[in-house]
Amino acid sequence: MTVSQVAGAAERPGRIDAKPVRHPWRWVAVGVIVIVVAMMLHSAVTNPKWDWSYVIQVMNYRPILQGLWEGTILGTVLAMILGLIFGILLAIMRLSTNPVLRGVSAVYTWFFRSIPRYVLLTILGVGIVFLYPKLTIGLPFGDSIARLLHLSTTFTLFTFDTRSVSQGIVIGALGLGLSEAAYMAEIARAGILSVDRGQVEAAHALGMSSARTMRRIILPQAMRVIVPPTGNETIAMVKDTSLLVAVPVGMELFNQAQIVANRTYRIMPVYVAATLWYLIVCSVLMVGQSYLERRFGRGFSAPNAKAQRLLSRTGEH
Amino acid sequence: MGGTEDARPIVRAVNVAKAFHHLEVLKGIDLEVYPGEVVCLLGPSGSGKTTFLRCINMLETIDGGRIFVDGVLMGFDDSGPHLRHLSDSAKSAQRREIGMVFQRFNLFPHMTVLENIIEAPLQVRGVARDAAIARARDLLSMVGLSDKEENYPSQLSGGQQQRVAIARALAMDPKLMLFDEPTSALDPELVGEVLRVMRDLAEQGMTMIVVTHEIAFARDVADRVVFMDGGVIVEQGPARDIITHPREERTRQFLARILSDQAE
Ligand SMILES: Nc1ncnc2c1ncn2[C@@H]1O[C@H](COP(=O)(O)OP(=O)(O)OP(=O)(O)O)[C@@H](O)[C@H]1O
Ligand SMILES: [Mg+2]
Repeated sequence: MTVSQVAGAAERPGRIDAKPVRHPWRWVAVGVIVIVVAMMLHSAVTNPKWDWSYVIQVMNYRPILQGLWEGTILGTVLAMILGLIFGILLAIMRLSTNPVLRGVSAVYTWFFRSIPRYVLLTILGVGIVFLYPKLTIGLPFGDSIARLLHLSTTFTLFTFDTRSVSQGIVIGALGLGLSEAAYMAEIARAGILSVDRGQVEAAHALGMSSARTMRRIILPQAMRVIVPPTGNETIAMVKDTSLLVAVPVGMELFNQAQIVANRTYRIMPVYVAATLWYLIVCSVLMVGQSYLERRFGRGFSAPNAKAQRLLSRTGEH
Repeated sequence: MGGTEDARPIVRAVNVAKAFHHLEVLKGIDLEVYPGEVVCLLGPSGSGKTTFLRCINMLETIDGGRIFVDGVLMGFDDSGPHLRHLSDSAKSAQRREIGMVFQRFNLFPHMTVLENIIEAPLQVRGVARDAAIARARDLLSMVGLSDKEENYPSQLSGGQQQRVAIARALAMDPKLMLFDEPTSALDPELVGEVLRVMRDLAEQGMTMIVVTHEIAFARDVADRVVFMDGGVIVEQGPARDIITHPREERTRQFLARILSDQAE
């Protein structure tokens, strides 16, 4: 013992300068991981079959890029917009006091949650073209009414030829969107229910109508709960666009990759190129998700919002 | 201040009844509140005070009787041969004339203090934004929170939140203010600041119905005290008379219990 410590013992204890607890096993784990990662990097660089320069080249191929934009990204955007709008409507119907609306919403959710997306897309692809080669938008029962009244018009505003190839993406996005709506409905319902009942009462007491209360007070607060799982759904949707081939939609990232691979026989680098594109798109979405979480978390204390986020990430999918 | 019998009442409740399933909570309430009057509703837990306030602005639908606010029948249309429920938008229009302050504040957590106050004037009354903001700033200075307009509710103390809630209700220029135990969710040291705002409001001539357990506030600020028990009005009268010389045994017991609790 040094003199100063002996002298210090009589005084009041001062600044703490203690050694931290040792974690030897942590260091063992770190060592193992470093070795494994080094081996992987080494093989990626030295094994010529990875062929990175060709991977980069394929990533920039026109058909691959076109598949990425016109299939994967466009499909995701259309399907999620449809899914979100329908999902919120279904959730509001599910929470309404009208038993018909509640029933319709429940049956819808049951139906679309029970059907695999691949099967749904196949059936839609075959079925719409088979059953309704021309879809028309206009007055309900327009042509029957016209026939009944001997009129020449059929009250049609818009006709849509389902057989034309470019409509494949529309049918595909419709299928994915309808399926997504069933999941979004549950997410939106949880979000709406998470808002305190007192919020509705306060808004009503201020003279706000039910619709305005939903739009201005409830949905913005529900978004805090809705956004994180919606981000997960969007990321899942990016991956599910590879199912569009069932419609069939040819212009889609992975399908284009397969076409290139079959033509060149350099299969692995082409698939790696597609995988890298999926990684890039999903990473961008994750950044967007965390921005939206902050945006809708305004006014809520940080620890709570963070816990909410973590909880939502451990959910299904 | 104080009601004169010849003025038209702001609130006229006639034989109001309300049941939840089979539980009769209000069993024929008759009450008139005159312009500028401050009425305190006292009574034991479960006596129906909150329910009665909520019936006045139709957060609950009454089963019997009628409620008129400023001469207008609330929640129903009686112009035809049959009484009809009003539509959602017609009820919303009626509620604009009534401000309500809740026990648990119920501020909108996703909006700043200023946004909370201007929301209804902008969305419902269609006031111009600049005018709504100017009015909100006046109200914030009245409740002593001018420096908080950019804060979110979660950044305020309970007493500050409740004062914002009062300002938010006042921004709609209501004819009547309803308070449901505005201080009972507050730490004791924060009660005074909220009661002070309410006292100012009473002095400015606002018509107020206040459910409270703050006997001192009722005695000093209220014109009239109404004592409820078991869904009926047991007795009512000038605040000081009722609090210092209750006639009914139930009122006496209630006041004795409250005053001994508050003395602790
Ligand atoms: N939505 C509801 N559904 C069923 N019962 C209810 C409902 N709201 C209130 N009640 C019941 O009505 C009775 C009166 O409640 P109310 O809240 O009006 O009493 P109160 O006088 O405000 O009491 P407190 O002082 O505790 O706030 C209570 O028995 C309560 O359980
Ligand atoms: Mg109550």
